[in-house]
Amino acid sequence: MEHETVHPPMSYKALAAVLVALLLLTVVTVAVSYVDLGFFNVPVALGVACLKVTLVLLFFMHLKYEGPIIVFSFIGTVTFLIIMIGFTFWDVAFR
Amino acid sequence: MTAIPSFFTQSSPPGLTGIKAWLLTHDHKRLGLMYLYAVLFWFVVAMVIGLLIRTELMSQGRTIMGPGMYNSLFTLHGVIMIFLFVIPAIPAIFGNFFLPIQLGTDDVFFPRLNLFSWYLFMFGGIFALVALFTGDGFPDTGWTFYVPFSVQSSSNVGLTVSAAFILGMSSMLTGLNFVTTFHRMRDKRMGLMQIPLFTWSLYATAWVQILATPVISITFVLVVMERLLSIGLFDPARGGDPILYQHLFWMYSHPAVYIMILPGMGVVSEIIPVFSRKSIFGYKAIVWSSMGIAIAGSLVWAHHMYTSGMSDVSVFVFSLLTFLVAIPSAVKVFSWVATMYKGSIEMTPPLLLSLIFIYLFSVGGLTGLVLGAVGTDIHVHDTHFVVAHFHFVMFGGTGFAFLAALHYWWPKMFGIMYPFRPAYIGAVLTAVGFLFHYVPMLILGLQGMPRRYYDYLPQYETGNFLAGFGGYLLCIGLVVMFVNLLASLRHRVAAPADPWGATTLEWRVPSPPPVHNFVDKPEIMDFPYDFRQVGDNSASQRS
Amino acid sequence: MHRESDQVGIKIGMWLFLYSEIILFGGLFVLYAAYFFEHPQSFVAGGKELNRIIGALNTIVLLVSSFTVAASITAIRRDDAKRAQRLLLFSLLCGVVFLVNKYFEWGAKIDHGIYPNSETLVNGEPGLNIFFGLYYVITGLHGLHVIIGMALLAVSLFFIRSGRVSGSRYAMLDNAGLYWHLVDLIWIFVFPLFYLVL
Repeated sequence: MEHETVHPPMSYKALAAVLVALLLLTVVTVAVSYVDLGFFNVPVALGVACLKVTLVLLFFMHLKYEGPIIVFSFIGTVTFLIIMIGFTFWDVAFR
Repeated sequence: MTAIPSFFTQSSPPGLTGIKAWLLTHDHKRLGLMYLYAVLFWFVVAMVIGLLIRTELMSQGRTIMGPGMYNSLFTLHGVIMIFLFVIPAIPAIFGNFFLPIQLGTDDVFFPRLNLFSWYLFMFGGIFALVALFTGDGFPDTGWTFYVPFSVQSSSNVGLTVSAAFILGMSSMLTGLNFVTTFHRMRDKRMGLMQIPLFTWSLYATAWVQILATPVISITFVLVVMERLLSIGLFDPARGGDPILYQHLFWMYSHPAVYIMILPGMGVVSEIIPVFSRKSIFGYKAIVWSSMGIAIAGSLVWAHHMYTSGMSDVSVFVFSLLTFLVAIPSAVKVFSWVATMYKGSIEMTPPLLLSLIFIYLFSVGGLTGLVLGAVGTDIHVHDTHFVVAHFHFVMFGGTGFAFLAALHYWWPKMFGIMYPFRPAYIGAVLTAVGFLFHYVPMLILGLQGMPRRYYDYLPQYETGNFLAGFGGYLLCIGLVVMFVNLLASLRHRVAAPADPWGATTLEWRVPSPPPVHNFVDKPEIMDFPYDFRQVGDNSASQRS
Repeated sequence: MHRESDQVGIKIGMWLFLYSEIILFGGLFVLYAAYFFEHPQSFVAGGKELNRIIGALNTIVLLVSSFTVAASITAIRRDDAKRAQRLLLFSLLCGVVFLVNKYFEWGAKIDHGIYPNSETLVNGEPGLNIFFGLYYVITGLHGLHVIIGMALLAVSLFFIRSGRVSGSRYAMLDNAGLYWHLVDLIWIFVFPLFYLVL
């Protein structure tokens, strides 16, 4: 039901690879910010941010190796956050 | 059995004596009792304030206080009742005491954090007291602290919302502790569908506590910042939007309603099967409806804001969603009633209080539908109808569940029985007083009497007088019940381990329980509400 | 009892706490989203006034520190306490750099008369007032979390030194690390929202 095994520590190499990916994404998002993409400005910036956050969560915070309780409850939290923001727009967007 | 010392005589961690054994304890049972004393203190304070408000309203014009005082008192009544009584009452007292025992373990997962939560609770209470006697006096904003008034009011809003912030943290950490305990400390042989319903309801509550409470924390932080720095985040003249404050406020405060009612539902789900000597009807349906209420309850916050000026689309969507919450609540009510059908019902004070709960909660829920529907809500919003509605749910619901829990677990917590007759008299007086108190308010609201008004038109005098009269009756009933329980501490009729013929684990341990709860490894039943092995009448053991 | 050795349980508790932190900032992001929708032009204008190079620099500093914290957990679990300590010290240094950067950034803005309730903001465009109001509240609260995170890392460092955190008992460091990553996580969103809005 609930996992008991403790995953082995991540290697320095894997962590460094994640860091490189994160830094690359940062460069990309800053570079893209100098180009005006019109409507896509916000989605692209937020998309890159989500990608970076996913990397940090999965590898630095070991979410990839956690048991179902943490994984599901994390998804639940994010869902609640989306509802908080999304449902407010029922009001804000239609006023 | 008698050789094992109870948690009253043995401290945890061991070796502490006297007052230290209480103030430094890690024992969830002692902490539960410490919450009980603190919460009861606040309940009495807020009750007296409530009575003063109703006395003021019994006749037109000035009766016993001025309008400024009146505004502060109804704010104080709301703040204390919400943050210091209804929210902590059942989870912090009975949850702390019984959740670990019902899960077959010796304590919560983070015992020191549990103690810290208690200190936060006390500290928050003291903060509120300080706000009362310093500066420009207690806020007159109502417990909702709506902007712009809460930012402009010269009263002590900053200190009061800080108190609420601290109390919120205490509540959040209790929830954190319960979820972790639920997953990590549960007896390994106890499957998810073998967990008592009270614990299930606390689990659902704990999630709401963890996820919703931070929203109110940040909202209160923003109020304090606005007062200190006047950023203008909610000031329309400077680009802000006061309705967003209301969104943030209700994003917590509506789910908080379920923090208040879910544990009460859990208590009733424990009591009804025990005194019907019949397995609970629809165990899984109750478990799922608890989770369903917790989830659906997080989607409906803006139904408090139909007349605030938010968009019509929003009004429509939130009204629709609000009706969804009625479904899981009704599932529970039907399950309780169906449990009693053809059961071997035995009347006791906890059962009587639970029955009153079902009745009053149903009225509260149904009047809630009147408010959830936009057309009728626009007619009665911010009237006494709303006041009566949420008191039916919060007091008729949670309050009576709290009283039922107190009478149900009193023998276990203190190891003594109490006389039944005064408890019955008290319960009936309270219920009758309750109806005299709040039914006139429902009618007053429909006639158009607004809430939070210091004075009113002559046509509302009869109703207000009746309500005040009912309020006194209600308080007399409560006094009878509390005096009866307190007197039992003096007469000390020892209670057996299982005075009610109940089946959940807390009744398998001595009364009061020893410091590590279980003397032997507990036997886990396949189903927590299996009464086949319990005699059909255990009344002979009782006083 | 077995409680102290239950690393999984301790971690669940920590994650639950992190959820509450996420929602705490979530409340502010609700405000950001709604106000961005209401004043898109002002938000773009406000974003142009912030220095995106300093912002990017701070992002890099935090990302690197996150990496070193994660690496220090790997080090301690491989019983390499020396390296773990060095990595943590470096992370703390990154935290200091971040705060110093922030200090100069805030200072420059305040010198230009942009701070809560300043003449410029009160009499200027309402949307700009909201943008900078949120900027100060969110980065301020985030800065506070950086300080708390650094305190937690410092305590962990001290515990490694005294031997209370080791290869077999590293929950304290693990949790401090999780907290530090959360600070990073929030910054990853704050950065595009304030510095890169176009």
